[in-house]
Amino acid sequence: MSLLARMAWRNLWRNPQRSLLSLAAIAFGVTLLVFSVGLQIGGYEQMIGNTVRLLTGLAQVQRPGYLDAPRLRLDIPAARDLRARLEAGLRELAPGVVVAPRAQSFVLLSSERRSLGALLVGVDPRAEARLSSLPGTVHRGRYLRTGEEVVLGAALARNLGLAPGDEVTVLGSARDGSVVATVLTVVGVFESGARELDRSLAQMPLATFQDLFAMPDRVHALVLGEAPLDALPELVRRTRALLPPDPPLAVLTWEHIEPGVKQAIEMDFASGWLMYLILVLVITFSILNTFLMAVLERRREFGVLLALGFRHGRLLRLVLWEAALLTALGVLLGMALGAALVAYFAVHGITFEGMEVYAEQFNLPPYLTPKLTPFVLFSGPAVVLAVTLLAALYPASRVRAVDPAETTREVG
Amino acid sequence: MDALVTLRAVTKTYRQGEVDVPALRGVDLDIAAGEFVCLSGPSGSGKTTLLNLIGGLDTPSGGHIQVAGRDLARLSPGERAELRLRHIGFVFQAYNLIPVLSAQENVELVMELQGVGAAERHARARAILAEVGLAGLEGRRPAALSGGQQQRVAVARAIVSAPDLVLADEPTANLDSENGRRLLEIMRRLNGERGVTFVISTHDPEVMAFARRLIRLHDGRIQADERRDGPP
Ligand SMILES: Nc1ncnc2c1ncn2[C@@H]1O[C@H](COP(=O)(O)OP(=O)(O)O)[C@@H](O)[C@H]1O
Ligand SMILES: [Mg+2]
Repeated sequence: MSLLARMAWRNLWRNPQRSLLSLAAIAFGVTLLVFSVGLQIGGYEQMIGNTVRLLTGLAQVQRPGYLDAPRLRLDIPAARDLRARLEAGLRELAPGVVVAPRAQSFVLLSSERRSLGALLVGVDPRAEARLSSLPGTVHRGRYLRTGEEVVLGAALARNLGLAPGDEVTVLGSARDGSVVATVLTVVGVFESGARELDRSLAQMPLATFQDLFAMPDRVHALVLGEAPLDALPELVRRTRALLPPDPPLAVLTWEHIEPGVKQAIEMDFASGWLMYLILVLVITFSILNTFLMAVLERRREFGVLLALGFRHGRLLRLVLWEAALLTALGVLLGMALGAALVAYFAVHGITFEGMEVYAEQFNLPPYLTPKLTPFVLFSGPAVVLAVTLLAALYPASRVRAVDPAETTREVG
Repeated sequence: MDALVTLRAVTKTYRQGEVDVPALRGVDLDIAAGEFVCLSGPSGSGKTTLLNLIGGLDTPSGGHIQVAGRDLARLSPGERAELRLRHIGFVFQAYNLIPVLSAQENVELVMELQGVGAAERHARARAILAEVGLAGLEGRRPAALSGGQQQRVAVARAIVSAPDLVLADEPTANLDSENGRRLLEIMRRLNGERGVTFVISTHDPEVMAFARRLIRLHDGRIQADERRDGPP
């Protein structure tokens, strides 16, 4: 180690209290930064994962415009072939990929007690069981198999006064304009936790749905799921390449289908920045203060170094090295502590008062699990390192004002 | 003989608020290589100012200064730093040493800047510290050395790279007479054995006794310039 490096290192410990205090401030700030970014990113992934898994899937193939104006006739023909083709074509990218066909229509559901509007979705029960968490939330009766059956959201069933084993009348209009009027048996009631779904969603086997609504081999959506989140862009690209040219079909991602989730994430991320900014500023000022004092105290010493033949530039580098050492030490300490915290809570989860209400609204489980990613570990510390070094330029630049003729004259 | 240091009509005026304070009022001086010069005079007579000007730590208000053949006015700050590094050693009245470095490291610091290799640096620092009577104390930090020992480290550091010129500003002022005499003896010996030129400022008569050439400053002017022969 060169003498200059030794000087820089030892200078840090000339005033151990001050340096330790600065070190603690940096380490604490960085710990907080790593932990909160980890919490944020972990929360988002949970939120996205739950949204995607509940019903939406990673992406859906639909007719363009169907999402905004879901008309029955805006459907995908030859659905069975297309589904098989997608499954075969995407398996290389995501071996577990599921392509779930869905057809849907708004209908009137009637019990003896009352009638309510609902969204009736024809599904492939086996595909749904793999792709969607909804079948798992059936808490009374069972999920769909085949034939003239239906499962209802818990609130919908309650409002209609229906329980598994009861019958419900469906009133709607088919693809050809004829009236749909039939009776289905309620086999199960699900409670997904998503209020909107539990109040207005009903599912039935797709084949029966297609018969009833006069749309054989036609669906409204092919839902893609069970592929890694980070493979999404590639999934979309490959899916597009597999689609037939006519009629035109669109591949919509979950962000497109559930813009609310994406917006909530973006808003939350934006509000997080303010806190991070404040944290970084606090850290920066602590460094600034430490080094301003250090430089002012050592003017005489700097004067001697200049008399020995140091140039101002070398003194500046010396002070910057000291700042860099202290900051790097604090940042490393903070990264280690932050990573340890994140790792611990990634396993154990964090929960706090009032979280359930919020969690339900955003489709989250009632606990948070932070996540350790390179972004989480490095983004905050990198900013702290850059900003503090930039800030240290100011006290360091004060060595330029040191006049050796003046400072070496002063005695005592 | 070519002069190592040449001053011609050098003046220095400090500005203190609205008032001009003349520190040097026209100094002409030649110092030859190998001289042992004592700069005496009462406090405020301009000794420190003169040493700072010769060392390029400050710039004169008027006149010319040449050191080792270079006109200081023509040198950039970087070149002046280089001149100090290679040709001039400084010893101040106190607080000469870098507190976080040991005696050995303080001496090595200048050599490191000069690009001397670690092994040679180490050996030379040990040798010079032994020469000023500090063998065994190389690893001590300044705080663990007495005032006299600290000043001897400073002299060792000033001399270690065989500079042309050592400028010492009241180096014994904070020492008792025993330690002061010891320091002066060391400087005289280094002057004799190595031919290094010393310019030492003082208002201590005991120091003046060591001088081979005694320059008296008064109110920023040279009042007397006497040479003496032979060692004291
Ligand atoms: N920075 C300064 N500003 C104003 N006056 C100064 C400054 N430095 C020295 N002086 C004045 O210059 C004169 C010479 O000072 P100095 O060279 O320190 O004398 P000495 O070293 O012989 O005591 C004194 O009158 C002193 O007050
Ligand atoms: Mg003086």
